[in-house]
Amino acid sequence: MATKKTVPFNGTEEQKAKLLGVIAELKDQQGALMPVLQEAQKIYGYLPIEVQKIISDEMEIPMEKIYGVVTFYAQFSLYPKGKYNISVCLGTACYVKGSGDIYDKLQEILEIGGGECTADGKFSLEACRCIGACGLAPVMTVNEDVYGRLTVDQIKDILAKYE
Amino acid sequence: MKSLQEIQAIRDEMRPELELRNVGSTEAKSKYERQVLICGGTGCTSSGSPEIERVLREEIEKAGLTDKIQVVKTGCFGLCALGPIMIVYPSGAFYSRISAENIPQIVQEHFVNGNPVKELLYNETVDGDKIKGLNETSFYKKQHRVALRNCGAINPENIDEYIGKDGYQALAKVIKEMTPEDVIQTILDSGLRGRGGGGFPTGMKWKLARTIVPDADQKYVCCNADEGDPGAFMDRSVLEGDPHVVLEAMAIAGYAIGATQGYIYVRAEYPIAVERLEIAIKQAREYGVLGKNIFGSDFSFDIDLRLGAGAFVCGEETALMTSIEGNRGEPRPRPPFPAEKGLFQKPTILNNVETYANIPQIILKGADWFAGMGTEKSKGTKVFALGGKIEHTGLVEVPMGTTLREVIEEIGGGIPNGKKFKAAQTGGPSGGCISPENYDVPIDYDNLISIGSMMGSGGLIVMDEDNCMVDIAKFFLEFTVDESCGKCTPCRIGTKRMYEMLDKITKGQATLEDLDKLEELCYYIKANSLCGLGQTAPNPVLSTLKNFRDEYIAHVVDKKCPAGVCKDLLEFKIVFEKCIGCGMCAKNCPASAIERGTEVAPGKKLAAFVIDSSKCVKCGACMANCKFKAIVKG
Repeated sequence: MATKKTVPFNGTEEQKAKLLGVIAELKDQQGALMPVLQEAQKIYGYLPIEVQKIISDEMEIPMEKIYGVVTFYAQFSLYPKGKYNISVCLGTACYVKGSGDIYDKLQEILEIGGGECTADGKFSLEACRCIGACGLAPVMTVNEDVYGRLTVDQIKDILAKYE
Repeated sequence: MKSLQEIQAIRDEMRPELELRNVGSTEAKSKYERQVLICGGTGCTSSGSPEIERVLREEIEKAGLTDKIQVVKTGCFGLCALGPIMIVYPSGAFYSRISAENIPQIVQEHFVNGNPVKELLYNETVDGDKIKGLNETSFYKKQHRVALRNCGAINPENIDEYIGKDGYQALAKVIKEMTPEDVIQTILDSGLRGRGGGGFPTGMKWKLARTIVPDADQKYVCCNADEGDPGAFMDRSVLEGDPHVVLEAMAIAGYAIGATQGYIYVRAEYPIAVERLEIAIKQAREYGVLGKNIFGSDFSFDIDLRLGAGAFVCGEETALMTSIEGNRGEPRPRPPFPAEKGLFQKPTILNNVETYANIPQIILKGADWFAGMGTEKSKGTKVFALGGKIEHTGLVEVPMGTTLREVIEEIGGGIPNGKKFKAAQTGGPSGGCISPENYDVPIDYDNLISIGSMMGSGGLIVMDEDNCMVDIAKFFLEFTVDESCGKCTPCRIGTKRMYEMLDKITKGQATLEDLDKLEELCYYIKANSLCGLGQTAPNPVLSTLKNFRDEYIAHVVDKKCPAGVCKDLLEFKIVFEKCIGCGMCAKNCPASAIERGTEVAPGKKLAAFVIDSSKCVKCGACMANCKFKAIVKG
């Protein structure tokens, strides 16, 4: 596994009960693993090895297959995200309008790389492929908020909004 | 559950409401005096349309107009660059780039007093005292909307509005009047080819799936809504603006090939599309147009959603099916083709969203109508997502055979800031860059391939003289390296090596021999990769090598980036004759690389500044801050 900073797993019984409910509901569908993993990520926010283990036991699917699927898809994360997850679109339309510079600037200000989280758990940063808001290029999102037609000098002010 | 008669009754009831949404349709017998359509697509939602809708409803209520004005949230209108967009019918007043603060004024002046707020209208629609309709603007005039016909015209969360636009009539027609063979023949005759990239004849796919395994106990109809090409968003717009058209078409496909179950594989990154599909499926089941014994026949068909999880390769048909089965989305070797052994090893057809969006119209209007549009081998229309350096970013649908010049100059409004057109990129990471000399080639599947690109899903990214083609090729290779699933060696290792070579070129460390090696590697990867991703990954490099070789040579031999993008090859210089010695550049230089020189330029009062290139970090701050355009890069 890659060496990225992370925090110890602290899932609750309540989360586990919810996950077991989801598994019971979906288990008999053909190809249920993906929907189960998606729901599990909604419940825990990420898919640490402990959560994968629960799914493996309940669905009787070997861990190596689950780990294989989790690490294959970009949407599944083995690491927790920050309180505010920043996602910069590096799709073509945004890229030709300078989103690469926006991404560099964020790394510089936050002092983290892509896929990492700041030490205080506040911001995490990732690059994403086209979110389809090409008319607003270049675009980034902070959790649900979308910022379009960005320039590098707006970045500091935008980050300051998230205290 | 509703009978066909009941559905037709809903259609007749809805028609006058929908007719009001034509410019100047004073004849329509709508319950409302005005209808306000607000775009609820992803682009406009991102720029604040939900808040606009909320305030609008509030203000309309305050003004006591609730009975007279209907507010409708629609899908994408296509002209995303002007979002958030709002259109008022029957006048067709087209409000663009509005915000919630503008709403009280619009409600008061336009809805209460009857005077549209002209300064908030899209300027192309204002002609003195007259207001022109959308269809007269340069963006819409040349468009011909088939797949997008309901996008921006109906409320996607209301099945009745879809029915009002003849929705589910095509399904009724095939079940009541046509045999599965008739349906397949109609699709074959129409000449429809897959809109997802490959351009395989859709009817042929259906025919194979119907006939190749005659005694199959189960077959599947899949919809590829895993729109992964960066810069393409037509499938998302159809799903957001007209989800029922996809459901109806899939049911028709199910009837044609003999399947009872469909799956839509949609990107999880499209939350609005997913939500609207869920609503649409629920409504369709309630109305009985999905489910058991549709329209009282023996035909049953249902659809489930499966969410993708962010893997580009899952747009490849076998990988998509592997993913629905709950595995790593790796492609399988073909044959066997999916028509024989697809999802869960059963005969399966997979078509993309835009392909499906054409089907109900072909059934209702006939194969000849569809085949009457387009070029000899590419029939119908194609949706393009215009992006990059272009005035009107957004979605356009034009007949096949329209030229790039028409799309970019006339519909797209040309290139901003007086810059020159340099290239158009089509087909995403599998496509190529088209150079200016092919500006007038009619765009269709075969022509695009002959000029070194491909249709792909229809992303069309425009680039101007400030874009470096080597950098663009590198950008796409970075994408492919990232998205290669790793199963086959040519793609996994080959694309990585290509990326490294391109990186070397952009850093000025490559030799001419490297260019030859790069080209050789391209052909090797194309010939030997397992699936479409690897087979097409070298296209961005091959097409730029062919069309923009000079630019590669400039990087390799002269160690220069003509577009001024590749930072390692850049040099900023102050033009002595233009520098007035104000010092703004030095003040803004983060590296203290600029100092005042000793000489004063002719006609200037202060000594000119000079950049010490050994200290320069090439950030461009000096250039951005020089009001006299005295700083150049190259």
